[in-house]
Amino acid sequence: MPDSERHDFDVVVIGAGGAGLRAAIEAREKGARTALVCKSLLGKAHTVMAEGGIAAALGNVWPEDNWEVHFRDTMRGGKMLNNWRMAQIHALEAPERVLELEEWGALFDRTQDGRILQRDFGGHRYARLAHVGDRTGLEMIRALQNRAVSIGIDVFMECKIVRLLQDGTGAVNGAVGFWRESGRFVTFGAKAIVIATGGLGKAWKFTTNSWECTGDGMALALWAGADLIDMEAIQFHPTGMVWPPSARGLLVTEGVRGDGGVLKNRDGERFMFNYISPFFAAETAETIEEGDQWYTNKRDFRRPPELLPRDEVARAINSEVKAGRGSPHGGVFLDIASRRTPEEIRRLLPSMYHQFKELADIDITTTPMEVGPTCHYAMGGIRVEADTEATTVAGLYAAGEAAGGMHGSNRLGGNSLSDLVVFGRRAGLAAAERALGMPGDPDVSESQVADVTRHARSYFDNEGGEDAYALHRDLQDTMQSLVGIIRVERELLEAKERLADLAERAAKCAVEGNLQFNPGWHLALDLESMLAVSNCTTLSAIERRESRGGHTRDDYPGFRPEFENVNMITRLVDGEYTIAQEPKPQMPGELSKLFEDGAH
Amino acid sequence: MAIDTGPAPTTVPEPPPGAPPKDLVMHLWRGDASGGRFQEYRVAPQEGEVVLDVVHRIQATQAPDLAVRWNCKAGKCGSCSAEINGRPALMCMTRMSTLPTDQPVTVSPMRAFPIMRDLVTDVSYNFEVAKLIPAFKPGPRDPDGLRRMAQVDIDRGQEFHKCIECFLCQNVCHVIRDHEENKPRYAGPRFFVRLAELEMHPLDTLDRRNYIREDMGIGLCNITKCCTEVCPEDIHITDNAIIPLKERIVDAHYDPVAWLGRKITGRPVPLAAAEARKHTGAAHAQPAAPATPEPGDIA
Repeated sequence: MPDSERHDFDVVVIGAGGAGLRAAIEAREKGARTALVCKSLLGKAHTVMAEGGIAAALGNVWPEDNWEVHFRDTMRGGKMLNNWRMAQIHALEAPERVLELEEWGALFDRTQDGRILQRDFGGHRYARLAHVGDRTGLEMIRALQNRAVSIGIDVFMECKIVRLLQDGTGAVNGAVGFWRESGRFVTFGAKAIVIATGGLGKAWKFTTNSWECTGDGMALALWAGADLIDMEAIQFHPTGMVWPPSARGLLVTEGVRGDGGVLKNRDGERFMFNYISPFFAAETAETIEEGDQWYTNKRDFRRPPELLPRDEVARAINSEVKAGRGSPHGGVFLDIASRRTPEEIRRLLPSMYHQFKELADIDITTTPMEVGPTCHYAMGGIRVEADTEATTVAGLYAAGEAAGGMHGSNRLGGNSLSDLVVFGRRAGLAAAERALGMPGDPDVSESQVADVTRHARSYFDNEGGEDAYALHRDLQDTMQSLVGIIRVERELLEAKERLADLAERAAKCAVEGNLQFNPGWHLALDLESMLAVSNCTTLSAIERRESRGGHTRDDYPGFRPEFENVNMITRLVDGEYTIAQEPKPQMPGELSKLFEDGAH
Repeated sequence: MAIDTGPAPTTVPEPPPGAPPKDLVMHLWRGDASGGRFQEYRVAPQEGEVVLDVVHRIQATQAPDLAVRWNCKAGKCGSCSAEINGRPALMCMTRMSTLPTDQPVTVSPMRAFPIMRDLVTDVSYNFEVAKLIPAFKPGPRDPDGLRRMAQVDIDRGQEFHKCIECFLCQNVCHVIRDHEENKPRYAGPRFFVRLAELEMHPLDTLDRRNYIREDMGIGLCNITKCCTEVCPEDIHITDNAIIPLKERIVDAHYDPVAWLGRKITGRPVPLAAAEARKHTGAAHAQPAAPATPEPGDIA
């Protein structure tokens, strides 16, 4: 049999960004035989694109900061939809995870007295983001990568997992994938699997996400019977590049605003002062004068509205552009040139300086940037148990962006990198504990393997079908125009119909060439994942008839009490996507006290 | 060994006056380990494009199985390294407007690595070298559980940490580009940067100098600076990483007194001393002086 390559491990981690690397390190250190499988080369995962920093209440800049303040900011940023226990664990454990990165060689920027420096970001009450200029994600992934390599984790690069395998009880016991180079199939037997495959942004046209972010892990879990949670909650980052066309959507870090950058419309007006919602009014400056004083005196003044959470800023920019007050290429202006010296800008934001110089021929030390909202992050994802990251399928764990719950309906900047290491570690730990308690080797079903490989290869036999690139463009147009930043029921229902049509066409998708490093074929398989998660997002978006965080319904503005305490659960039942509302976990009294003085 | 990427392409005829903008003429290398050739594609130009955009458009409209490695398309991941008009560069950071239009634009795979398919090469050599690097080994934390380092002491390390592992420096390094046989005994510029970052880390406790000399083959580098020239992150690989490493090794090997002096002044210093140095305005991390050839160097 030509496709007999088989590897057995205790724990198989799928995805090698921050969460996957941290999970694999933990599982290995606990003594589990651990494999790390990733779709790209090691160290290229989307984590490298994280810019601004990693949020942790270290209290290095503001001794007043502590886990309770971080917890409160995170919950309020997520509009209280967060899984409270995940938000609590995250706030408690993030500081030690940051110090641990330093243990493995990361070099964060320093304070005057040599400790880790922290910067301001939207929605965080205190300067809280440990950072390395504006390339924190690269620093983090390299520290984790070096650690993983030094402890001898087996890494399987450029290997795409197509389906999970399950035993008679439904527990996962393996995975089937193929080497992108050769197209040959490979089977992994596993006693526990951690999914850490990141997000799904490639289903939208304008996105900060790299090619890998096709919702693979969420789809793998869904197909294995797992629940997805709050898939309607998609974050549109307020500041993506809008010009040139080829760079449209690329991330412009929130650090620009944290370091003093302001948003202006065509008329030069700092329009954010017109968009301060009552939810955040108590902690936001009312005038430009007050906001500007905050940068140098944070104790006595309130922060400017440019640093409101991302959902608020993205909606405001969208409204300005719609009202005809946008910039020439359909965004607004982000101005740091008039606020900081060229030297400061180049030191604080080196990769932004480089990005605009190289891609747009714009010098950000003299010229404002043009920016607009871009699809950035899935708050929703695989439903997990807060302490162990166990999914609703036995033996299957999930962490990082692929998992849902932690960020509620909107994620604060900087809370993603910390999420990756906090929950990556916990997932790796729980997976190792399960695996080490199981005797024998995983008993993988050869017929399941054969079904998966037959299906994956079938695209080469689909004569006369459309190609994957055209189908992907149609999917992106559908999600961008109908399930974008502002949603309405009529359009969502149209999206649902179009997705059904796309699924039929995608099943007949025809692939040219052979199995060897064939991007057309890879895209056809990635499309399966993108269609699955797009369906879940659309169904959840129809069902949540209110506006909350990253989910904005034009036909149902504002919070509605009947949706206050429910999560949207999507799952596959007999091959059909289904949606259900289920009660969200209730916060214990000692934590809910933290919110009594707030506006909520 | 690397493939022959074929003869230089022909020139592109000028369109008649008044005609719409002429198509871009792209010569992309297609093939695999057994051989291949440049294939011509014509596509309409679009505003503000980089080479990777054009390659993607060809892939989406004319050559669906065209193999190309890429991830972020923002110069942050280092996946899309190739040779554009013969010059090693990232496809995502090379704007079409910077290339001459009177001749076809050629895109070929990196030459120092074996071909997988089309523009994709087998860069596993680099990942094998990475496994050999003795890892960072810090001393104990401060009594309060933190680690303290002065910014001035990590500036140079942070420069090295900008590396996105595009492996363009490895690709142009003559020691391995033209001498496959050197690969087993030579780490290459990327890993000299990595070793330098470890050696200069203020909290590291390992001494890797003998290892760098004997197993990593730094003596083979003859400081032609080709690596520095192609680095998309502008890391001063030769001046700031390789030459200081060579100096440390030579010092350690031939002059223990000089090494001791360096150990006291140039290596991990207590925070207070570093702060004092900063406050007196003393410059830190001076660019190294050009090195003279050393006994260990092979010209």
